[in-house]
Amino acid sequence: MSLALPRLTGRRRVLPGFGLSLGISLMFVSLVLLLPMTSLVGQLSGISLAEYWAIISDGRVVASYTVTIGAAALAALVNAAFGLLLAWVLVRYEFPGKRLLDALMDLPFALPTAVAGITLATLYAGSGWMGRLLEPLGLQVAYTWVGIALAMAFTSIPFVVRTVQPVLEDLPQEVDEAALTLGASDATAFRRVILPHLWPALVTGTGLAFVRSLGEFGAIIFIAGNMPYETEITALMIFVKLQEYDYVGASAIASVVLMVSLALLLAINIWQGHFIKRLHGGRG
Amino acid sequence: MQRIGDAPAVRRGLIGAAVALSALFLLLPLVAIFAQAFAQGVGVFWANVSDHYTLAAIGLTLFITVLTIPVCLVFGVALAWLVTRFSFPGRRLLQTLIDIPFAVSPVVAGLIYLLLYGRNGWIGGWLDAQDIQLMFAWPGILMVTIFVTCPFVARELIPLMQAQGSREEEAAVTLGASGGTIFRRVTLPNIRWALLYGVILTNARAVGEFGAVSVVSGAIRGQTNTLPLHLEQLYQDYNTVGAFASAALLALIALFTLAAKAGLEWRAARREA
Repeated sequence: MSLALPRLTGRRRVLPGFGLSLGISLMFVSLVLLLPMTSLVGQLSGISLAEYWAIISDGRVVASYTVTIGAAALAALVNAAFGLLLAWVLVRYEFPGKRLLDALMDLPFALPTAVAGITLATLYAGSGWMGRLLEPLGLQVAYTWVGIALAMAFTSIPFVVRTVQPVLEDLPQEVDEAALTLGASDATAFRRVILPHLWPALVTGTGLAFVRSLGEFGAIIFIAGNMPYETEITALMIFVKLQEYDYVGASAIASVVLMVSLALLLAINIWQGHFIKRLHGGRG
Repeated sequence: MQRIGDAPAVRRGLIGAAVALSALFLLLPLVAIFAQAFAQGVGVFWANVSDHYTLAAIGLTLFITVLTIPVCLVFGVALAWLVTRFSFPGRRLLQTLIDIPFAVSPVVAGLIYLLLYGRNGWIGGWLDAQDIQLMFAWPGILMVTIFVTCPFVARELIPLMQAQGSREEEAAVTLGASGGTIFRRVTLPNIRWALLYGVILTNARAVGEFGAVSVVSGAIRGQTNTLPLHLEQLYQDYNTVGAFASAALLALIALFTLAAKAGLEWRAARREA
C-alpha cells in the first residue's frame, strides 16, 4: 500500500505522517459519518417500493414538504437580499459600531437553536414585544408559516454574509472606477459591474442557507405551532414518527430529506469548485 | 478615489437600513433572552439556575463537551494535515464528505445513530445482548454530538494550512526533525489560533446541540437532559422564566464565542499591519 501510493500520485512524499493521518481520517469518516447512514438502508430494505412510496407520499408528509420547502425558499430569498446589504455595508463603509455589527452576524451560528427557538416564539407571540406591534396590524407571525420562515432566516443569515463578504473585499477599486468614469449611475454600475462578480458567491451562500433551513429543527418547532397539514415541518414529521415508534416511517422520510440535502450539498460543492477554478485559472 | 455607493445619501441610507434590520432581527432576540431571564429579578434567576435539575443538565452538558473536544481535535488536525500536506486520489471527495454533518438535518443525524445503536439496530442488538445500552444514555448523546461537531476544527484549519503551504515543514525534514517535533515546533505555532477558534466553535455547537440530542437522549430529567433539552421541558411546562434562565447561560457561551472570534480577528489584523 505505502509502496503503491506514491506511484499513483507521481510524487514522493517528503513529510511524515501520511499513514497515520490517513488512518485516523478514514477510520473516523467511515465509523462516525458513513456507517450510521447504512442503518437507513438496513431499515428500509425490509419494505417494498410500494410501501416506501406510500409513506413518503402520504398527504400529511407531502404537506410538510410544501411547508418546509416554501418557507426555506422564502427565508433564502430574504437572506440573499439582507445578506448582500450587510456584506456591502460591512465591506464598503466605515461607521461607528461597525465591529459590533460584524460580530453580531455570527450570533445565529453561536446561539443554540433551541434558545433561538424559544426567544423568537416569545418575541412574536401575541403578548411578546414584536407580536404586540404586529398583531394589531393583522400580521400574525407566531404559529404560522411566516414564523417558520422567520426562524429559518434567523438561523441561516450568516451563510450569505460570510460567503459574499470575502469576495467583495477582494474586488479591486478599479472595477468601481471604470464603471463610474464611463458615466454609469450607482444602480447601473452595481447591477452591471459589481453583481456579476458577486453572484457566484451569492448563489453559494443562498444555497447553503437553503440547505440549512431545510434541515433546521430546534429554532422552528417552538414558533411553528406544529399543526398537521399546515405548520408541520418535515424534520418534525420524522420526530413524530419516532415518538410513535414507527422507525420505518421515520427512516423513509429521513431518507428523502437526506438524499435531497446531500444532492444539494454536492451541487453546491461542484458549483463552487467550478467557480473557484475560473477565478484561479484552473487551480482548484 | 471614486467608488460605487459613495454618495452621502446612499451611504447613510444603506448603513441605516443594515443597522436597523440587524437590530430588529439579531440584537432584539439577544436582549429578549436576558430580559426574560431576569423578568422576576436576580433572585428568581439564581434560584432557577441553581435548581437541582438545571445543575444536573449543566453537568451533563459540560461532561459531553469535554469529551467531544479532544475527539474533534484529533480528527480535525489529522484530516487537515492529510488533505493539505499530501495529494492523493480521493482528496476532494474526503473534503466533501466532512461537510456531511453540516448538510444533514440534526434530527436525521440522531435517527441514523438510533437505528444503528438502538436495541433494534444490528450493532445495538448485539450490544443489548451484552447488556450495554448506548442510546437514551450519555454515550448516545456523546456520539451524535461528535457527529454534528466534527467538521469545525478541520474546516478552520484546512484553508489556513493550505495558504501557509508546507515549505517550513519540509525545511524541518531536511534538518532531520522527527514527525512529532515538526508538528510541535513548526506546525502547531502556525495554526494555534485557528485551532483555538475551531475548538471554540466545537464547544459552542456541542453545548447547544438540540435536534440530534433530543432524538437519542430520552430526556430523563436529572439523568439524560442536556441544558438545551432542559430548557425545552421548562418552556413546554410554561415555566418561561426558568427556560430563559437556562437560555441566558447558553447565550453567554454564544457571546463568549463571538467575543473570541472578534478578538482573534483583531489580533490577526494587527499582525498583518
